[in-house]
Parts: sequence; structure tokens; C-alpha cells
Amino acid sequence: MAALTGTAIIRNGSVFDPLNGINGDKKDIFIREGKVVPALSSAEQRDALVIDASGKTVMPGGVDSHSHVAGTKVNAGRLMRPEDHYKSVRAKTAITHSGSGYTVPSVYKQGYEYAAMGYTTVFEAAMPPLEARHTHEEMRATPILDMGAYMVLGNNWFIMRYLKQGDIKKAAAYVSWMLRTHKGYGIKCVNPGGVENWGWAKNVGGLDEPNIHFEVTPRELIRGLAEVNEMLGLPMSLHLHANNLGHPGNWEIARDSLMITSGMDANNKSQLEWGETKENARRRQTVYLAHAQFSAYGGTSWRDYCSGAPELAKYINQVEDVVIDSGSVPFGPATCMTGDGPAIHDLYMLSGQKWSNTDVELECGSGVLPMVYLKSSPVSAVQWAIGLEVMLLIDDPWKTIMTTDHPNGGIFTQYPQLITWLMSRKARDDTARECHKWAYDRSTLGSVDREFSLYDVAIVTRANPARTIGMAYRKGHLGLGADGDVTVYDIDPANLNQNDTATLTARLARPDYTIKDGRIVARQGEIVSVPEGRRFYCRPYVDEDLEKDMLKDVKDWFKYYTVGFANYPVPDKYLKNPVAIPVNQPLEAVMRR
Amino acid sequence: MLSEIILRSREKIGIMIEAEVIKPESLAGKSKEEIEGLLLWQGSERLPLSRFFDVELKGSPSSSPEETHILMQGDFSRVKRIGEGMKAGSMEIDGPAGMHLGAEMAGGSILVKGDAGSWSGREMKGGMLHIGGSCGDHVGSAYRGSWRGMTGGQIIIEGNARSQLGGGLVGGQITVGGDVENFCGIRQSGGLILVKGSAVRGVGAEMNGGTIAVCQHILQPSPGFVEMAREESPKAGEVQLEGRYVKFSGDYALSKNPKGTLYCREV
Repeated sequence: MAALTGTAIIRNGSVFDPLNGINGDKKDIFIREGKVVPALSSAEQRDALVIDASGKTVMPGGVDSHSHVAGTKVNAGRLMRPEDHYKSVRAKTAITHSGSGYTVPSVYKQGYEYAAMGYTTVFEAAMPPLEARHTHEEMRATPILDMGAYMVLGNNWFIMRYLKQGDIKKAAAYVSWMLRTHKGYGIKCVNPGGVENWGWAKNVGGLDEPNIHFEVTPRELIRGLAEVNEMLGLPMSLHLHANNLGHPGNWEIARDSLMITSGMDANNKSQLEWGETKENARRRQTVYLAHAQFSAYGGTSWRDYCSGAPELAKYINQVEDVVIDSGSVPFGPATCMTGDGPAIHDLYMLSGQKWSNTDVELECGSGVLPMVYLKSSPVSAVQWAIGLEVMLLIDDPWKTIMTTDHPNGGIFTQYPQLITWLMSRKARDDTARECHKWAYDRSTLGSVDREFSLYDVAIVTRANPARTIGMAYRKGHLGLGADGDVTVYDIDPANLNQNDTATLTARLARPDYTIKDGRIVARQGEIVSVPEGRRFYCRPYVDEDLEKDMLKDVKDWFKYYTVGFANYPVPDKYLKNPVAIPVNQPLEAVMRR
Repeated sequence: MLSEIILRSREKIGIMIEAEVIKPESLAGKSKEEIEGLLLWQGSERLPLSRFFDVELKGSPSSSPEETHILMQGDFSRVKRIGEGMKAGSMEIDGPAGMHLGAEMAGGSILVKGDAGSWSGREMKGGMLHIGGSCGDHVGSAYRGSWRGMTGGQIIIEGNARSQLGGGLVGGQITVGGDVENFCGIRQSGGLILVKGSAVRGVGAEMNGGTIAVCQHILQPSPGFVEMAREESPKAGEVQLEGRYVKFSGDYALSKNPKGTLYCREV
């Protein structure tokens, strides 16, 4: 019964809780009815689930702030890759569904595998507004995980038109309405200007190149959306997928894009009850760069291709208003899927692989393509190095988040392998020896001595993803009032040998316990309970008259859609356990400009 | 002396069964009872092997797959995945075999005296698959969605093969004694396909490497192939051809500089 009430004690573990400055201290964690509390009464203790975590590592439940796990492009990846499915199957159990898929698993398999690995919160990184229903349907069917989805708005006709007209207020009103209408969590901006040009078989070459018809530049789009973001006071900053992604020499445009928001104030105006943390749990960044690995390339062509990560990291080390996620490449099969249609077309031209492309009318686009990263391939070897460099060369771990941009750079189930590379120089050297020599010849990784501690790991897999996206009010830490999401790893920090990579990887992959809301959901990789997750979205408020004005424009232009206005919104029934985050400061949001 | 395991099929099998467990690695060193108790899927049910087959052990028992020979007597045409993934030892089927025979096998040998089903030798990596009769579609090819077919080893078919023989072939050799139908060697990138009879159409479609030789004629040649030469008794890979052949390069429908070679007997 105890497990059902969500009341638990995790005794004597070595706790790593960076938002509370706890670095391996032996501590008891108390959870009552799903929330972290300072203590339990003796009566409550009698009924509580007690886990002895002596000699084990205790962290908050894992938070993935950038993963592709729900929506049409994810499903396109499943449909076009039968070969990804018949060799990776999961049998049903008394409480779990069957599932299949290695790089793009079915929703059930995704949920179970994240939970088995110690993750309890996963955010879908790209939800086209028109595909929001599908995205919510898949999230609704995903077991265990708490989720949300960022809305793709960087090539949206309404946004482009408002920004061209310089009407930032209406742009903000539109974004606010869109987030509420489609139950979106934050603003994702994918190859601003370029994806719209892709509708005409073109891309954009630089930040100041106006795009076709709308004649708005990537710089204006990034600046405008970031301003909208801070005017509304959204929990997450603008989430940017930079222009020119995946091309040699693109580190410069990535750096220049990050400079655009420099000097802006980070304004998280979500009205929430915040769990207690010692460190500031509110974001300080005004731009969150997605999958930095794909935007940190040097050279001018694939012949002189090399890492541009040192240059990108040099800029990020100087500023306080940028966070990146790594989009690392752990080798092996992957499926590239992104809203950046032209980038995927370039990959198709290089690889000749099967390729799928979609135009999402008035809003964005996307592409899907199977991929294999081989250690023997010079380009893959450099990508592997860059994916680790962006984590290791940026000095402050509070500016980095560890991802594989699942399933683009690799699969989320490879996170444990990725952590061992970050924790062990020997592990990196061992892998570099198996790789094409470009891995170390064309990057600085071979000269990097830095090794992550378990504390650093807790920052880049829990505390910082939660803080960056504004979920640290309840996720990513174990302070009073936080969600009772805990991972207990069979790793004794006192006897940690980070160079025993096989053991470390195995223990990170299969924690002893994954606890969500005070209940055990996975024990040593086996799913033992299947609670329903929550779906987070933002409900920003703007002035009602302004919104009415804006809606007139929207209705006028709706004639270009093939859907009717009444069928556009996502009805509430598409969400299971919805949690609407009020972002409600009308005067400030509207009047400031 | 070899350890010999004999499996005899009894009555006709209804729903096809999945028998990837029938291979030297899984049976070597097991007692008669243990083999009889191995489970096979039939539809949604998992049933013991003894439900379908009689088991007899001969010779000196050995736990080494290399020293294990499996002899299968009777009709196995509704038994799928025999020898799937086998790495060593030998198997002999004294009758017809079902789909996916020797799929993904990496070593050892399989000899079938009758016909074999579709997908035989699918994504095979090594070893020898010898089919005395004819076989179905997709022999030695990639499976659904994949473009990497057989990568090594050898398949010999004494009779005919149907469509998409060697689809996505990367390496190894496939020899067909008789005819093939459509799209033999589609998307081939390496290896050798030797067809002693004729082909219908689509030979080497989208091929970008490797060699195909058709020793009689191709009813409808693919349009993306360009004649390079006419040669007297050329060598296709390691195989010496007899007579005059036209040498083509292709498939130009796929790329501007394709590396595929197609030989066809001069008419």
C-alpha cells in the first residue's frame, strides 16, 4: 500500500542535488504523497516505502529537455524504417505493453526505456502547431513520463508578417494564443527564415539575408521571438536550432545567433509555487541553443572539416545568458528528424538514403532520414569529438545539458555511454583509438583532461535541463516541495572507478530504482508500475483587446490553411493530466513596449 | 565422429511455425528430452518441438556446434527460420524448407534437397547455403526497409529463383542454376550474382557496385545500363564465363558514375 500513496524514505544514499548544493552528502530523502518533505511523522514512516540506499548514488529523476519522442515526424521515422523495428522488440508483461523500434521506438517502449534509465521527465523538442493534435495523442499514450512540447514558430507566416511590420505586441499576442490553443510549452525556432525558403527549394545563407516574400531576416526572427518570449515571461527561453545546421564552418553563424539576444533580461514570469532550492532555480539564459554539436563545425567543406567547438565554447564561456544542449553522437544507428527540411535534404544528397520531407502549411516543415554514425567514418569521428567538446570545453556545467538530440545524433538509451565519456578521459582515449584518426586530429578533444564528477553529471542531466526550461519549480532537484522523482544508482561514490567504463555504463543504464512521485516505477531496468504522466503547457495572458485584434488578422489569413479555424485548436481531451502553467502579467507584458 | 541429431516431421503443419531454434548452436550437447522440450512459436502459442517433430540422436554426443550435424527428414515447407543466425556446424534437409531458411547465417552449411521458401539466406553474412530445388523471392536479399542484403558467404540454387534475388547484395556470391524473374540484384552494391539461365526484367536496377552475369538472355533489359564492351569468355569476379558476352555498366538511373557491372550472353 505504501508504494501507492507515494510516501517513501530513501535512506542513507549519497545525494547529488546541485540546485541545493548537495554534493554526495549522506542524506535521507523523505517523500509524502509524491512531494519531497523535510521529514515524515513516525506514523507516516511506518507506512512508507523504505529504500536502503547506503553506498549508492541518489539523484533527482532525470530530465531530458530536448528529445524527439512524439508527433508526426517521429511517426514518419517509425513508418519509413521497418528495419529499425523487427530487430528491436519488447515483449509485453502483466503491466506493460509490447513495443518495437531501436532508434525510433513506439511510444510505450520509449516511456518504459526512459523510466528504466532513471528519467522521469522528457520534453518533445519540436511540435508544429498543425501537428499538435498528433503530438498530444502520442504524449497521451506515452506511459510514466511527465512531458511537454515546444512549438515550432521560427518560420510561421503570422510571426514573420508581424515582425516585418515591427508589431511585436501582436506577435506576442499570437504566440500567447498559439501556446494556449495548441497546449504548447515554449518557443522553438528552427532555421529561422530558411525553412520558409525551403518551400521554394532554397535556404538562407546568413543572418541578415531576407527570406522570400516575407523579407524578414533570421536575425529579426531570432530577436523578435526572444523579445516575445521575455515579454510574455515564458518559463523557457527561446529554444534555437541555428541556421546553416550540419554544414562545415557553421560555428560562426551559431555564435553570431547567440549574440543576438545578448543584453536582454531573462524574465520567467510563470506564476507557480516553487520548491525550495539553495541556488536560484530560475533560468538566467535568454537563448537555449539546441544540439550544439550540429552547429559547431569548422572548416569550409567536408574535406577540411574539423571541430569549431573551441571557438563556439570560447564565446559561451564569456557570457551568462546562453545554455546549450549537446546533441552528442555516441555512434551507431540513428534517425535524423528535424523541422529543418533543407538540412535533411543535404544529408539525403550526401548519403542517398531514403528520405522523407514535409511542408507544414503556413508554419514550418520537416525531414526524416536514416543515418548510421560509424567509428571508421572520418566525419562521424569528428562529430563524436565535437559532441563531447561542447560539454567539456564550456567551463560552467550550468551552461550545458547532455543530450543526443534523440534520435538525431544517437539514441537516448546511449546516455549512459555518453556519461562515461564525460567522466573518464581514459574512456575517450580508448574510443578514439577505435575511431578514424580525424577524431583527435581534427578536434581538441585529445588534449582535454577534464572529467565530470557525479555532481557535474547531476547538473547536466537533471538540474540544468529543469532550470533551463523553467521546470525547476518542481523537477531536477530534491528540495522541499519538489516532485518525488528520484533515481538510485548502484554506484558508490566512495569507491567510484570511472575508468571501469563497462561497469559504470551498465549501472547508469539500469539504476536500482527509478522513483516517480514517490512510487517505484522501475527496479533494475524492470518496469514495476505504470503511472500516467502529466502534460505541461503554458497559458500566457495578454491584453484581451489586443488578442481580439490579432485574431482578426489570423482569421483573415486562415483562408490559406486547408483546415478550418474551428478545427485548428487542440481540445482538452487530447491531454491526460494536463498542468497549465499560468504566465499572467498582462500589464507588464503588453505595456512595456 | 559427428554428433547427429535427426528431426522427422510428422503430420502436415497448419499455421507456419517459427523455428530459429533449430540450428547447431541451440541443439548441440542437448539430450533428446531437452531438444523435444525446446519451444517454438506457432501463431500466438509457444509449443514444444516434440509437438511437431520426432527427435533421434546418433553418433557421439558433442556440445560443440562445429561437430554437430542436424538431419531433417520430411516436409518442412511450413517451418520458417530454420538455421537463422547459425554460425557453425551443418544441417541437411531432406525435403522442402520454409521461409527465412539460413537467414542471417554467419557460418556452417545448410543443404536442402527440396525447394526453399522466400527470404532464404536473407542478410546472410557467411557460410554456405545450398538449395537443391527452386526457391521463392528475396533470396539473399535485405529485409523490409533495409538496403543491406547478404554481405558474405555463398548461396547455390540448382533450380530457379523468383524475384528480387540478391536485393541490396553487398558481398558474397549467389549462383542460380536455372532462371530468375524480376529485379535480380536490385540495389546491389557488391558481391556476385551468377544466373545460368535467363532473367525477366529489372536486372541490376539501381545497382551501384558488384557484378551480375546472366548466361542466357534478359527479356526486358533495364534502361539505365550502358554497353561498355563485348568480350570472349570474360571473368565475372572469380567465375569464368564461357562464350561471348556483352558487358554493361549501370545503373545510370541511380547515379552519374555507377560502379555496377552486368554481363549478358550476346544474342
